[in-house]
This record gives sequence, C-alpha cells and structure tokens, in this order.
Amino acid sequence: MSAEGFDLKGDNSISRPPSRGEILADRAFRGIAYASGGLVVAMLAYILWEIGGQAAPAIARDGLGFLTRAVWNPQEHDFGILAEIWGTLYSSILALLIAGFFGVAVAIFLTQDFLDARLARVFRTVIEMLAAIPSVVFGLWGIYVVIPAIRPVANWLHEFLGFIPLFSTPMAGPGMAPAVIVLAIMVLPTVAAISQDAFQLIPYKVKEAAYGMGTTRWEAIQKVMLPTASSGIAASLVLGFGRALGETMALAMLIGNSGQISLSLFSPANTLASLLASQFPEAGALEVEQLMYAALALLGIALVVNIIGTLIMAMSSKQTVS
Amino acid sequence: MVSLNTVAPAAASPRPGLSETGVAIDARVEKIYYGDFLAVRDSHVAVEKGQITGFIGPSGCGKSTVLRSLNRMNDLIPSFRLMGSVTFLGQDIYAKSVDPVVVRRHIGMVFQQPNPFSMSIYENVAFGLRLNRFKGDYDEKVETALRKAGLWNEVKDKLRQNGLALSGGQQQRLCIARAIATNPTVLLMDEPCSALDPIATRIIEELMLELKQEYSVAIVTHNMQQAMRVADKTAFFSVDISKGGRTGFLVEQGDTRQIFHDPREKLTKDYISGEFS
Ligand SMILES: Nc1ncnc2c1ncn2[C@@H]1O[C@H](COP(=O)(O)OP(=O)(O)OP(=O)(O)O)[C@@H](O)[C@H]1O
Ligand SMILES: [Mg+2]
Repeated sequence: MSAEGFDLKGDNSISRPPSRGEILADRAFRGIAYASGGLVVAMLAYILWEIGGQAAPAIARDGLGFLTRAVWNPQEHDFGILAEIWGTLYSSILALLIAGFFGVAVAIFLTQDFLDARLARVFRTVIEMLAAIPSVVFGLWGIYVVIPAIRPVANWLHEFLGFIPLFSTPMAGPGMAPAVIVLAIMVLPTVAAISQDAFQLIPYKVKEAAYGMGTTRWEAIQKVMLPTASSGIAASLVLGFGRALGETMALAMLIGNSGQISLSLFSPANTLASLLASQFPEAGALEVEQLMYAALALLGIALVVNIIGTLIMAMSSKQTVS
Repeated sequence: MVSLNTVAPAAASPRPGLSETGVAIDARVEKIYYGDFLAVRDSHVAVEKGQITGFIGPSGCGKSTVLRSLNRMNDLIPSFRLMGSVTFLGQDIYAKSVDPVVVRRHIGMVFQQPNPFSMSIYENVAFGLRLNRFKGDYDEKVETALRKAGLWNEVKDKLRQNGLALSGGQQQRLCIARAIATNPTVLLMDEPCSALDPIATRIIEELMLELKQEYSVAIVTHNMQQAMRVADKTAFFSVDISKGGRTGFLVEQGDTRQIFHDPREKLTKDYISGEFS
C-alpha cells in the first residue's frame, strides 16, 4: 500500500501515515461491506431458485398460458392468474396515484416553510406512525369504516354515471375501491417520508436563487424545488409501488378475492399476494406448485418495477448531473 | 463621527434622461437586526444609476447584509429586521403595499456561491424570461445573455446539458447570465468573482463595465484592485466592536478615486494602506 514505500519524514509535520491497525480496520470494513452486499444478492438468488424450483412442475405443465388466462379451478386443475396480475397492477397503480399526489403534497407542506420546524416534525412523526399500524388493523378499519362509508357514494355514482367504465358496476361490499383507498393510506408514509428527504436535501442556496429571481413561493416550489427533488420523488414512488404490490393482509380482507378483470372501481377483484394468502391454507400439492408459479410472477413484477424505476431515476439524475 | 456621505449630484449621471438625483437605490439604514443581534447601524448607501458602486470592508462588517437588504432578499431570514428606509427610484421598497417578489424582479442578484438550477443551461437562462412571461425570441435572449456573461463560446454546443455539470466558474457566469437575461434595472453582486480565475474575473469585470451603460450595479468585493478597476463609487464599511457587539457601519462613501487616494476617514486610510502596503 501507499503507506509503505512513501516515507516522507517532514521535520515538524504532524502528518503521519495510517497505522497498521487503521489500515486493517479499513480493509475489514471494506470486506464486511462487500460481504453484506453479496449476501443480499445471494439471498435474492436463493429465493428465486427455491421458488422457481417448486414452481417448475407448474411452469412445465402450463407454460406462459398460466399468465395469460383468468381461471382458478382446482377441481379441473385449470389455473391462470391473468385476473390477479391485473388486480395487482390496477390496485397498485391507483393507490400510487392517490398516495403519490398526497404524499408529495404533504412533503411540500412539511418542508417548504408552511409550518414552523417543530410543528413540521410533529406532523412528520404522526405520518410515519401510519406505517407502524399493522396491516390487519387497516383491513378491519376498511371493512367496518371505509366500505360502509363509500357504499352510498359508489352506488350513487354507478346509478348516474354508470356509463363511465370506472363506475360500471354497483358496489356490494369488498372490492377495488375500498382496497385502493386503504392501500393508498398504507403507502402514503413511504412516499411522504422519502419525498421529504428529497426536498430537505436541496441546498439553501437553490431556494435563495429562486427567490432572487423574483419567484413567488408557489413558483419557487413548482419551477425549482419540484424539478430539483424529482429524482428523489421518483425513488419514493418506486418504493411506494413496491410496497403496494406486496401488500397482502389488508387487501385479502378488502378486495373481494374474486378473479375478475374489470375497470370498475366497485367490482370485487383479486391480487397475487391475496391469492397466495387465501389459497395456501387449503392448497393440495398440485395447487401449491401453481401458487409458487404465481409467487414467482409477483416477484418478477416487483423486480421489473424496480428496474424500470431505477432506470427512470438514472435517466433523471443523468439530466441533473451530467 | 461617521460621515454619512451622500451621493454626488446629478451631473455625474452618464446618460441623459435619468431623473435628477441619479440615484437608483437610496438606502438609509438606521439599524439592521438578526434577532437581538445588531448587525449594521447608521449606514446611508446609494446605488447610482448607470454606475458601479463597490462595497468594501473587513469580513463581517455587514456588506452582504446591506446588499441583500436592497432587494429584500433578507426577508427570507425570519429573524431579520430593518429600521430605516430603502427607496428604489423614489419608492419605498419596504412599504406595506410593496410585494418583495416584484422588487426582486427589478433588482436582480448574483450570489457569492454559484447556484444554478438543476435544469439545462438554456432553461437556467430562460428561467426569468418564462417567469416574467416574456413573449419574444427566447433563443436570441438566451444567447445574448450568455454572450454578455462570457460563457457563450464554452456552452453553445451543449445548451441542453444540465447547468450543474459546468465548472464552478462557468456556473457563476451562468448565474450572471440568468440574472441579466431579464434586463433588471439594478444588479446586485455579492463577491461574484470569488470562485473565478483571473481570466473569468476579467470577463465579468468587462461585463460589469458594459452593463453599466444600461443598468446600475452594486458589487461587494474583497478585492481592492477590482474595486479600483470597476467601481465608480465606493462605500467603505467597518465593524465596531466597542460595545461588546460586532456592529457594521458605513465609514464613508464617495468617488472611488477619492476613497482610495484621499480618504476622509482615518479608518478608511488604515484599511486601504494595510491592503496596499
Ligand atoms: N442569517 C443570519 N443570521 C444571523 N446573523 C447573521 C446572518 N447573516 C449574517 N449575520 C451576521 O451579520 C454580520 C454581518 O454579516 P455579513 O454576511 O453581512 O458580513 P460581510 O461583510 O458580508 O462579511 P464577508 O466579507 O465575510 O462576506 C455578521 O456578524 C454575521 O455573523
Ligand atoms: Mg458577505
């Protein structure tokens, strides 16, 4: 290393090369960092391998047809998860639209001097506490509060605006709308917290530059702060989307667990995660293979979303820095 | 006692058609506080039309504080309080009815630290144009501003690249281009050349000399030679540590030649001779 072979003894200098111990500590730390990184990759690979292995018979049997048909008929061994894929993506995207809008709004509200710093911290903590509420509690709240509250509105919308595909079915009970509302609330803390960090990372001099040009507060936020924070906001949306894709318990309780493909917000539907949760307990050996295949599909969707998100962020940060 | 030297008469005005006094900004600062801290007292500074006014003085004497009071930038600091008045073309900019946003659109600012926005070079320069809903040839305005700031040749082939990807000195010139693109009436510059090499500094100084045909410029600088080279008027500030505080105040303001060669105040003489001895 450079410490040896470069022996400059300045007469009065306090500078000295790092000691053996310091060099060792540096190497050890680097080793641990690499090992932890490697472990994470190895875990992911192992999980994929394990699930893939158990799903292999089903993949051999059904091929890609499993992903493109919507049936779940254990009696006749006829399986296809298109409806669940649809339900997973549809519910996650809708929830992300809502949580993205409110999460970024909350982040702006809490970081752009609308509140004094202490009050903003209190608010932030309260919102982060939402993330600590167990999923099953959200599910119960959805069943006993959200569904009764939105049913009259939903049925009114269906009656008068039923020609719009979003409102094309009446709402009997569990379905897409309550699931999406609860899911949005569950995803909100993730989006809000990470967006807030993105806003807080903007140096003060950028804000000064904006006001120095004569922007109003709203213009400063809209034309300078939002674009500057955009890659962090994109990261918050990707993480929020990942959360929404995998959310299981609350959705299993609220979405109606019925494999239908419908644009209607009031129709029951199903997601991959809640399919797994609801079918596993009574699944026979054959069905378990099918469920493993479904799990693999869910993992694949999550990976694809993350990769797309990373690419978007890489592109936007390329715009920012190079 | 401090000499609150007022502004020279209208005869100094370099172009016809200006109002009689020739003063763009007339700041009569009685006191400026940050919370309980008295940062500046008794300073009557004028920025004259069509001229460059240099602010010099030791670190911490309140040059930036006074400069930033001239376009209400200090309003961003909650603890800031100003007693006195600042008039811009005869209007009190601290009057209740005045929106600081409007003040800042007429009185542009270049900061000590380069602070381009995280957007393309082109959009940085066009920012003020869009903000003021300019209807006209954006390309031409952007090019003119970049040329004036001495940056055009370096960036003309990469206008779509992010402004943050430039070097520090280039970023500063981009910020200058951004500030002058909208033709503000007055341009305030807080040590704009401290991040620049001598060549870029010369470009900026030439720019300032060119700008004063159309604008009034106030510049804070620690570089005495720079003040001598560009400033028509110079305001010398000092800091008073007698009462346990650190309160800045204006010692004297006058023609640059007079301040450097024939200062009225001993404080000025000592500071300048310290610099050049
Ligand atoms: N935001 C602030 N809050 C509190 N005090 C401040 C603030 N900004 C400046 N001050 C104080 O006001 C005094 C004047 O500061 P100012 O930045 O105006 O000095 P300056 O003359 O520009 O110095 P320099 O040449 O080092 O830039 C200093 O004592 C400083 O500590
Ligand atoms: Mg300063």
